[in-house]
Amino acid sequence: MTYIRPKFRHPELPKNKLGYTINYYEGALSTLCAGCGHDSISAGIVQACYEMNIEPHRLAKMSGIGCSSKTPAYFLSNSHGFNSVHGRMPSVATGANLGNRDLIYLGVSGDGDTASIGMGQFVHVIRRNLNMVYIVMNNGCYGLTKGQDSATADAGSKNKSGNINLFESIDLASLSLELGATFVAQSFSGDKTQLIPLIKAAMKHPGFALINVISPCVTFNNNVGSTKSYDFVREHIEATSTLDFVPEMQEITTSYTEGSSQQVKLHDGSAINLHKLSSAWDPMDRQSAMNAMMNAKNKGEILTGLIYIEPETKDLHDLIQTTATPLNALGKKELCPGASALEEINADLR
Amino acid sequence: MSLTTTNKVNDFVVRFANVNGTGSASANFLFTKAIFRMGVFVTPKNIFPSNIQGLPTWYEVRVSEKGYLGRREGIDLVVAVNPQSYAEDVASVRPGGYFLYDSTKKLHPEYIREDINYIGIPLMEMCNAEYTDARQRQLFKNIIYVGALSALFDIEFNVLEDLLADQFRGKEKLIPLNVRALQMGVDYIKQNFKYPLEMRVERRNLIGDSIMMDGNSACGLGAVYAGVTVVAWYPITPSTSVVEAYMDYAKQFRVDKETGKNNYAIVQAEDELAAIGMVIGANWNGARSFTSTSGPGLSLMNEFLGLAYFSEVPTVLIDVQRTGPSTGMPTRTQQSDLLLGAYASHGDTKHVMLFPSTPKECFDLTIESFDLAEHLQTPVIMMTDLDLGMNDHISAPLKWDDTREYNRGKVLSAKDLEKIERFGRYKDVDDDGIPYRTLPGTHPTKGSYFTRGSSHDEYAAYTENSGVYKKGMDRLIKKWNTAKELVPAPQFYQEKNQSSMGVIFFGTSTYSAEEALDLLKADGVVLDAMRLKAFPFSKKVEEFVNSHDKIFIIEQNRDAQLKSLFMIELDVNPNKIISVLNFDGLPITADNIMKQISKALAPQTI
Repeated sequence: MTYIRPKFRHPELPKNKLGYTINYYEGALSTLCAGCGHDSISAGIVQACYEMNIEPHRLAKMSGIGCSSKTPAYFLSNSHGFNSVHGRMPSVATGANLGNRDLIYLGVSGDGDTASIGMGQFVHVIRRNLNMVYIVMNNGCYGLTKGQDSATADAGSKNKSGNINLFESIDLASLSLELGATFVAQSFSGDKTQLIPLIKAAMKHPGFALINVISPCVTFNNNVGSTKSYDFVREHIEATSTLDFVPEMQEITTSYTEGSSQQVKLHDGSAINLHKLSSAWDPMDRQSAMNAMMNAKNKGEILTGLIYIEPETKDLHDLIQTTATPLNALGKKELCPGASALEEINADLR
Repeated sequence: MSLTTTNKVNDFVVRFANVNGTGSASANFLFTKAIFRMGVFVTPKNIFPSNIQGLPTWYEVRVSEKGYLGRREGIDLVVAVNPQSYAEDVASVRPGGYFLYDSTKKLHPEYIREDINYIGIPLMEMCNAEYTDARQRQLFKNIIYVGALSALFDIEFNVLEDLLADQFRGKEKLIPLNVRALQMGVDYIKQNFKYPLEMRVERRNLIGDSIMMDGNSACGLGAVYAGVTVVAWYPITPSTSVVEAYMDYAKQFRVDKETGKNNYAIVQAEDELAAIGMVIGANWNGARSFTSTSGPGLSLMNEFLGLAYFSEVPTVLIDVQRTGPSTGMPTRTQQSDLLLGAYASHGDTKHVMLFPSTPKECFDLTIESFDLAEHLQTPVIMMTDLDLGMNDHISAPLKWDDTREYNRGKVLSAKDLEKIERFGRYKDVDDDGIPYRTLPGTHPTKGSYFTRGSSHDEYAAYTENSGVYKKGMDRLIKKWNTAKELVPAPQFYQEKNQSSMGVIFFGTSTYSAEEALDLLKADGVVLDAMRLKAFPFSKKVEEFVNSHDKIFIIEQNRDAQLKSLFMIELDVNPNKIISVLNFDGLPITADNIMKQISKALAPQTI
């Protein structure tokens, strides 16, 4: 390791209600490229957990494989984490959640990990409404293998090698809406003000919460002609005002006044303008959310913010009627029918 | 027509040739269970198609005074109620045997053999006269032939009546209808044939307190007793009934009486990859969890098994083996996943495998597999097969000791963590290769770590340092060596070696292997024998191999996979091993084993 992690923190860093300073929520030093959008998302997670007074050990970090899936090492080092296999994080998270329903499950995945190899598990974890936060760090390309197009790359988008992507992209947020997801949000790695409240809201959501975060790849997909480049995203992003739906976001809603634009500074010092959407927006109506997504797509915009939420929802445990006690806390007494019951079974088999 | 009149009391094979989906299974089981209730050893084998309705299906029942429970060749009586398979069924009868058929239609001359006996019963005609409902006509045809068989084999009628009473508990209206159908069969035989046959059933007290159960149910029940709370699965023949059994027993024993909520969770996954992923997630979180599958599923699970091996997450997988490769013959048996199970996944991986051979062992070893998986923090694969899993077997009764505690392995509590300065997830503290683990949510400030399939150091941090990587891999071998003496010990058939030649077998080959050893002994050939119950091989297994000049390995696959394991793991000279193989999809027979061993022992002629 050529980096030395600075250990110094201001002695008077503010503490949250649990008495932890924000650095208690940090992780190991990131090994991603300098300026990678994913690191901003990690920082957002750290900030959200700190502000939400999350006990780190009551949260489990789950991921698959890829640049994005490496990030759980870079936040919440006092939480258990599980970096599983490519595209299979949802199943591991499902098993973990079934085993202990009392933890917060924070899943991190990428566009390859979710929309290609992991598509099967992604759609099924939505179907089951597993109580988890599922963050996609979406950059439209495979970073770790040096920039191949992913399934979320838009048709016509040009990659760093100059090749034009021929295939339709998979729109994860729209797909999730179609599949019945109960919390769907989109954001941009450069927009912490929007992202942090979304993460907080997602953690509070009692079912499956998707946050599809456009997170440009500074190394392989930031070229002219790419629809996932900072410049392109900056020009086409369209924020909703539905964020005021989440209590933690009061301070943000004030910064988005209807019809106004908002300048957001990006890592390279540039900025993007965010616009407020129409007041007809109803994020509790799936149909209206789907229409909004379709309308944005037709206009060539990337809609961000809270797209849809179903606040009262039944998660997997509710659906299959699991007991309130975490299953991993049950002992032999509750679990083993014992010798006399077995004698009866034997008798029935004679 | 000449009849062979050897003593056939409690020693014969009956084969039922049915059409699948016609309700024959429960009638055929009634026949089997009646013999069981008369205290005589009986073993049924279901030879069924990968199909729901309309194709030929067979059910073979062997009755054995001596207690041989393997399949036997040579059919003494065929119950032929499926004209589709008449040609095959007529041909399958041994000379002097019997062909029982539906004589409503005259038997075509091509099915007439001079050397067998024909018992024609106009089943369809009788049913048409008695019943108006089409389904009843079909179902009672089966009961009528069971009645006929009971007269032919001298099976006690009240035993059948008792069984029907058990079967229709709660639906008592159906009992007299079924008894009536049985009686029709009995009467027809009594009026038209000489009965009973010279081969028949005589009441004995041979089976003691044995039970009759299929292996898959025993595995499912074992999982309930083992304290499994999370089951993830994808349906696949022949493993499906493992989870179905777990489900049934869980409904019976695991629903909280006060709240009505479930002390278990079952998820039918989208595929086998997800199923094993869920199992790993749950076990990582300290909830006992398993999945069951068969060959194709095991192939899919390889990557995840490698993750569980390398990141050291307890995992239990029940592989009910079927005939491969690829889709193979999904409803036929084999022991052909050994190599895949032993070394599942890329890179250097090795997995613990257990080999049950009876329903009781399915129950015991399922429980054991969780103790082992958690103690060793690694995948444990139960290698059962279709023959054991889906057929009913006579078995010693299941036993559970209420004082037995689960071995949850080296899991640190919050209190333990308080005493530790720095927790190292992959540190070999006890010098047995088995590290300590923590469960998420244990302690607010201590014990967290990052589980990963990528190379890691003792503190679970990513590393590309060759030395650190190698040290971790070496520790896994140390753990492997620890496992060798923790897995179930082999069973020896002699106190002391008596021969320079030994026989090794495992799983469902056991039944026929034991019979073959008896037959060889009767011929004056004494061989030492060892039944393997687990992989990796313990010292005792190694000693058995080393103390014999020749080793016969009996297994049900083409490529002698167990032989390979001996060559790989114990460096056994392949020239020392003689493989006794069967891979036609049907359970291996004693006769087959006898022939192969005798051939190998015969003086070589040039």
